[in-house]
Amino acid sequence: PNIQQGRQRCIYGEVSPTEAGGGSDSPAPKPAASPPSVPRPKDDFQEELVIRPLHSGDIYTSFQFRTLWETDFTRENKVSHYRLFPKSLGQVISKFSVRELHISFTQGYWRTMQWGQPYLPSPPGAELWVWFQDSLTDVDGTWKELTNVLSGIFCASLNFIDSTNTVQPSASFKPLGIGNVTDHQIVCTENLTPWKKLLPCGSKAGLAVLLKSEKLFHSSFHSQAVHIRPVCKDDQCKTTSWELRQTLNVVFDLHNSGQGKNEWSLFKMFSRTLTEACPVASSSKIYIDITDNSQGEQFELSPATPLLSQAVVLGDRRTFSVYDLTQQITFGTMRSLNLLIRGKSSDMLRPLLHAERYVAGYGLQTGEIHTLMYNNHPYRSFPVLLLDSVPWYLRLYIHTLTVTSKGKDNKPSYIHYQPSKDRVRPHLLEMLVQLPPNSVTEVTLQFERALLKWTEYTPDPNHGFYVGSSVISSLVPSIVAMDTNNSRERPLFSSFFPSKEESSYFVRVYTEPLLVNLPTPDFSMPYNVICLTCTVVAVGYGSLYNLLTRSFQIEEPSPGLAKRIANIIRKMRGVPPL
Amino acid sequence: YINIYSGHTNNWAVLVCTSRFWFNYRHVANTLSVYRSVKRLGIPDSHIVLMLADDMACNHRNPKPATVFSHKNMELNVYGDDVEVDYRGYEVTVENFLRILTGRLPPSTPRSKRLLSDDRSNILIYLTGHGGNGFLKFQDSEEISNVELADAFEQMWQKRRYNELLFIIDTCQGASMYERFYSPNLMALASSQVGEDSLSHQPDLAIGVHLMDRYTFYLLEFLEDIHPASKTNMNDLFKVCPKSQCVSTPGHRTDLFLRDPGSVLITDFFGSVRKVELTMETINLTDPIEQLESGELQKEMHTYADQLPVSEIIHQKPKQKDWHPPDGFILGLWTLILLVFFQTYGVKHLKHIF
Repeated sequence: PNIQQGRQRCIYGEVSPTEAGGGSDSPAPKPAASPPSVPRPKDDFQEELVIRPLHSGDIYTSFQFRTLWETDFTRENKVSHYRLFPKSLGQVISKFSVRELHISFTQGYWRTMQWGQPYLPSPPGAELWVWFQDSLTDVDGTWKELTNVLSGIFCASLNFIDSTNTVQPSASFKPLGIGNVTDHQIVCTENLTPWKKLLPCGSKAGLAVLLKSEKLFHSSFHSQAVHIRPVCKDDQCKTTSWELRQTLNVVFDLHNSGQGKNEWSLFKMFSRTLTEACPVASSSKIYIDITDNSQGEQFELSPATPLLSQAVVLGDRRTFSVYDLTQQITFGTMRSLNLLIRGKSSDMLRPLLHAERYVAGYGLQTGEIHTLMYNNHPYRSFPVLLLDSVPWYLRLYIHTLTVTSKGKDNKPSYIHYQPSKDRVRPHLLEMLVQLPPNSVTEVTLQFERALLKWTEYTPDPNHGFYVGSSVISSLVPSIVAMDTNNSRERPLFSSFFPSKEESSYFVRVYTEPLLVNLPTPDFSMPYNVICLTCTVVAVGYGSLYNLLTRSFQIEEPSPGLAKRIANIIRKMRGVPPL
Repeated sequence: YINIYSGHTNNWAVLVCTSRFWFNYRHVANTLSVYRSVKRLGIPDSHIVLMLADDMACNHRNPKPATVFSHKNMELNVYGDDVEVDYRGYEVTVENFLRILTGRLPPSTPRSKRLLSDDRSNILIYLTGHGGNGFLKFQDSEEISNVELADAFEQMWQKRRYNELLFIIDTCQGASMYERFYSPNLMALASSQVGEDSLSHQPDLAIGVHLMDRYTFYLLEFLEDIHPASKTNMNDLFKVCPKSQCVSTPGHRTDLFLRDPGSVLITDFFGSVRKVELTMETINLTDPIEQLESGELQKEMHTYADQLPVSEIIHQKPKQKDWHPPDGFILGLWTLILLVFFQTYGVKHLKHIF
């Protein structure tokens, strides 16, 4: 495009959004002078929003923005022309030879028993998992640099991630890589701002206009994540393209944001309505989960939409009402879309797998970690892989590890334990446990608390120290057959974890993080000791020195005032003094 | 020859809040209000280093999350929707602050956390927190003294890291912090003299804490009237918050500054110099370079990894750990055992053993 009169014409304004990514040749020629052949756009952007009313009256919204790009970051001639894919992340991938990267920032804890399973699980705090290319030799150095760069991009304190809280699991998290499980982080607008700036339309058009921080952080659960990975382009899977998914999950509370009324609308949740789709998006849709509302008796939607879609997600076939934002008719005469959902959702099925974790014991010396895993399936048992990464200052006694189900001992079929090294690496415990049907499995482990060096304490040590969440990965039996054809067009929320077999689906559950008090010294003691010692030295040594080295001389006492005056008068008279 | 133009080409700002805990809400609000003014007057996020020692906006005690208010009745949200905090929480330490100023940061530090100023930069440094006579407290665990600060500025001058520097501090006894400066081109303002306390402005009953300090409150009011093209100069800034409003006596120091304060514009430090060149010509872009498609190599089949391969996990062989030679302790222990043995039983038994 030409630059005329100081105005810039956007390049993507000339490509019509209905041409799906990776398939179009040169666009329709414009009347103004255009270059003879335009390289076909090899990147594609899709955005979607899924809204699921929960049975407790809360509402769960999940945004997903996906950019697909057929390019090769590992080639010698570096990629220099970025269109929809953000340049900051592309440079990170090529510079650090990253094969896969998952980073998430979460505020709040996902309550599985009240809300069901999330589409994308995430632990409280920040979590970063990276897989590097095989060609990388210095993994530790690159990991350190990568965490620093990401902490700059996302305004997060990821630079505290170092070898003392990084693990390399042997069995969880395929493919193999290194990661850091849940550093405690506060998530706020300063993390959301750079996240929004990575989107092709920013927060100016499309679904991202709804992302206003004042409403998003006034919620029970808020999680934003960035996932980068290579995906198959087609069925044969001979070539891969890079996929960047930015996800944002929010659960709005009925009483906090909803003012107690069972009526939700886009304006009430986000204080904004939608006016247009993102111009560069090839698809922009909103899905509302209406499976429990087949006859319209539980809740009603307005404006009504004729589009319906079915998808198999989380092992169940769900029905969705679809609003397509690329169609002008969705916005109606008012040119703005404000979805209204009135009514409650019915009882949901109990989630098949959920977990809890807590610290037992008393005092500041010992304690016990208990992890409970619930299998709520009536007759099927399934294996779970439990990953625990405990910091080195909780010294675990592995000989006290017990795993019991229904009161009986349950021997895990695989245990991998890497002991910690003080100030170098944390404990890593991975176990593969078979959970019997309809049971609770309890894993207990005793530990002892260590005393840190006084400079290692944080400025507020009485708050306590955090222990990251346990990760429980499992293949849970599904109610309906899962779709194993991974390259068919599916809504984004159902295509995150690829399915290999039809009878089960992959689920990852995170437990709560633990807050443990370590024995805290009195930090005013160095000051007190210095004062006391200096006083003792000054008073004691000083007095002794004076006694030993001072010499005494006899001195005449001075006469009284009358005698002194008399002496002066006598001196004047020339008479000897008294 | 009196120099009335500063001759700077870029502007930087380093804004630091050094206090932690919820009852120090006002210090974070102070820093954010200066951040907001500085952004409004044109300095971009890439040229601002914002350090906040604690998070008030998303603190669980905040009744209105993602907001930090500076006026009671929640009139002005200084946190906003577009904020980038470079140093948060435990990262705000004396060491990091001095490293930013002097530029001695580890090589992996990202750009947003560095002060990349040169000898034509005008820098604004704003500090707030709890302080005393000659020191400023960082996060209730360490202090920075006025001597250290003066030496840091001298290092900056020697390394040509600033053209002119404006230092504003809002703490108790703030004037003591600029007493020891000795580098040229420094101008300093403080909210109170030695022996005086800087007081806070007003509490908000809904939030439950004091929202702002008096000096920065009136400074924010003064800055709200400045726009990028205004010609207000430093003499007006010195008059901000007289004793009747502030209760403490604000002080300033200009003896090290080469220009006359009356000729220094507020926007020299709070605003940003922008070099924009307007052109009316048309520029023709050449065709984009076509990437030559390399020949279709025989690509291998990729597959998605199995997320939980149970049989593989169970039959995994334990990794062979590298063999390390025994370390000093083990060798010493065995030497001791052997020595004791041979001492007890005599060397003549050696031939029976070996």
